[in-house]
Amino acid sequence: MALLELKDLNVAFEIPDGEVHAVTKLSFSIDAGDALAIVGESGSGKTQTMMAVMNLLAENGSASGKALFKGEDLMQMNAADLNKRRGKEIAMIFQDPMTSLNPYLRIEQQMIEVVMHHQGLTRAEARAHAIEMLRAVRIPDPERRIRQYPHEYSGGMRQRVMVAMGLLCEPDLLIADEPTTALDVTVQAQISQLMTELRAKSNTAIILITHDLGVVAGLCDRVLVMYAGEAVECGTVEQIFYQPKHPYTKGLLKSVPRLDQPDDSGLEAIPGNPPNLLLLPEGCRFRERCPSAHDACRDTPPMQLDGQGHAWRCFLGPTDE
Amino acid sequence: MTQDSGMLKHTLRRLLGLLPTLLMLITVTFFMMRMAPGGPFDSEKLLPAEIEANLNAKYHLDEPLLRQYFRYMGQIAVLDFGPSFQYKDWSVNELIAQSYPVSLTVGGLAMLLAFVLGTTLGIAAALRQNTRVDYSLMGIAMLGISVPNFVIAPILILLLAVYAGWLPAGGWDWGIASMVLPVVTLALPVTAYIARLTRGSMIEVLHSNFIRTARAKGLPESVVIRRHALKPAILPVISFMGPATAGLISGSVVIERIFSLPGLGSYFVTGALNRDYTLVMGVVIFYGVLIILLNFLVDLIYAWLNPKIRYDEKY
Repeated sequence: MALLELKDLNVAFEIPDGEVHAVTKLSFSIDAGDALAIVGESGSGKTQTMMAVMNLLAENGSASGKALFKGEDLMQMNAADLNKRRGKEIAMIFQDPMTSLNPYLRIEQQMIEVVMHHQGLTRAEARAHAIEMLRAVRIPDPERRIRQYPHEYSGGMRQRVMVAMGLLCEPDLLIADEPTTALDVTVQAQISQLMTELRAKSNTAIILITHDLGVVAGLCDRVLVMYAGEAVECGTVEQIFYQPKHPYTKGLLKSVPRLDQPDDSGLEAIPGNPPNLLLLPEGCRFRERCPSAHDACRDTPPMQLDGQGHAWRCFLGPTDE
Repeated sequence: MTQDSGMLKHTLRRLLGLLPTLLMLITVTFFMMRMAPGGPFDSEKLLPAEIEANLNAKYHLDEPLLRQYFRYMGQIAVLDFGPSFQYKDWSVNELIAQSYPVSLTVGGLAMLLAFVLGTTLGIAAALRQNTRVDYSLMGIAMLGISVPNFVIAPILILLLAVYAGWLPAGGWDWGIASMVLPVVTLALPVTAYIARLTRGSMIEVLHSNFIRTARAKGLPESVVIRRHALKPAILPVISFMGPATAGLISGSVVIERIFSLPGLGSYFVTGALNRDYTLVMGVVIFYGVLIILLNFLVDLIYAWLNPKIRYDEKY
């Protein structure tokens, strides 16, 4: 049984102009201990997918479909049952470490409340555990640092606190939403290194939401590519990086700057913009920007499978260029 | 520098900074009182010129104004507010000492009621945002802010004292029944304002990222609100408490007259009308010190609640 399995997840937001379809019929699954990357540009629905799973959508958002966690549907769960899993079995690290920690509470309070609530530890036990966790994410002098407030930490250290906080209860699934985006490159490397180590140690499955393909290669086994709220391609890191099938994935890979190309080669970009999520086009959503688009793309393309775990939503066959 | 010694220095520095404010208040009030036409011994029946001259000499009113000013400043430096011009045989110190407990009790209770009730209603409205509860609470609050207390007071007296007969229509005997109407009337507009303030800030806080983090931890919503949202939501209310004090004091002058309470407010009004210079000065200084100190206290509480305010920084 998969650890988390999404079936036909839809997420929509009511706004004055109509309904924004952030995620459309998304299905994927992740096994225990695996690491899956969800990539795609801003607005592709990667974050809202996970917000729906955690039941943290904004008030004007609604989700339908199934999110089976260990066989139980998170979407149908009441608040109490959901809260037994959130923070304990599923933890989430947010994109912006500057605003995601409570500026009015000491790091200590923000960390110990997780274990005190879920594991019933005493304050002293929880504190010892939190200090240990801070040490694991290499916060120097954790006994003193834990008494401080978030504004006394640097950006990189706050994100490490977020990671430590996420891992306090040794969750089965860690959802990391662009954990390194707000950080500079050396700190980015430290955080991904840290997540790799912690994953090896506690067999935590990771869903990494990112648009940084470099981080994906180092940390994940499988990649899900999203475009305009849909899954367009899914496969192992090797399949996606070396044999991409969907023209969007190919474009995405080409747009990564490369050091082995001459300086004047310029940066490749996918022409055009993603479709308006209020007025989604019929057929393939990438059609307008696709170099290989043809008449058939006016119909919705099927999800093609190659039998080895590689899937893509396009009319192009496995051998088409 | 440790945070505690920083806090102490910050407190002392701020306290010293309050003195010029007070000095300014006293000076402006002193000269404004003297600029008003008439004097303490003017009445319908004209006094013989000699008697008036004698009286003026006795109270040093015949001296140049600047000299009187410095004489007065020297007096209040030793906390002697002088004799009252109108209440013979009473010193201003005695008048204030006898009446401030009533004013402070009414004001303090009103403040407490406004804070507790205002924040509670504000939070209740915020948690039921855009429901009927929210709309009716905020509608009532708007009414509470816009209707002046000299209108609310007679209505409450009419309903609860005259028709229902549950409460006395005025007077003061240190019994709870005599406190209810003045305190409620005084607290009403402040309560309403605090409720609206709390609702707005609570809604804003509930949309912030750290609340999402707290929910993602699996904490029950009640804990999320109590532990994570309450403090930041209450901060704007804390900073409002300073100005609210001033509002309560000016409100209490009206309320004390309406309910005929033996408080400072009535001395202030009659003193101003009778040109009882020393009495008015005394009450103004008393209120001024009270407002300044409460504002100072509010600053301290704010800094204590908000860890981002540091004390070791230069101002």
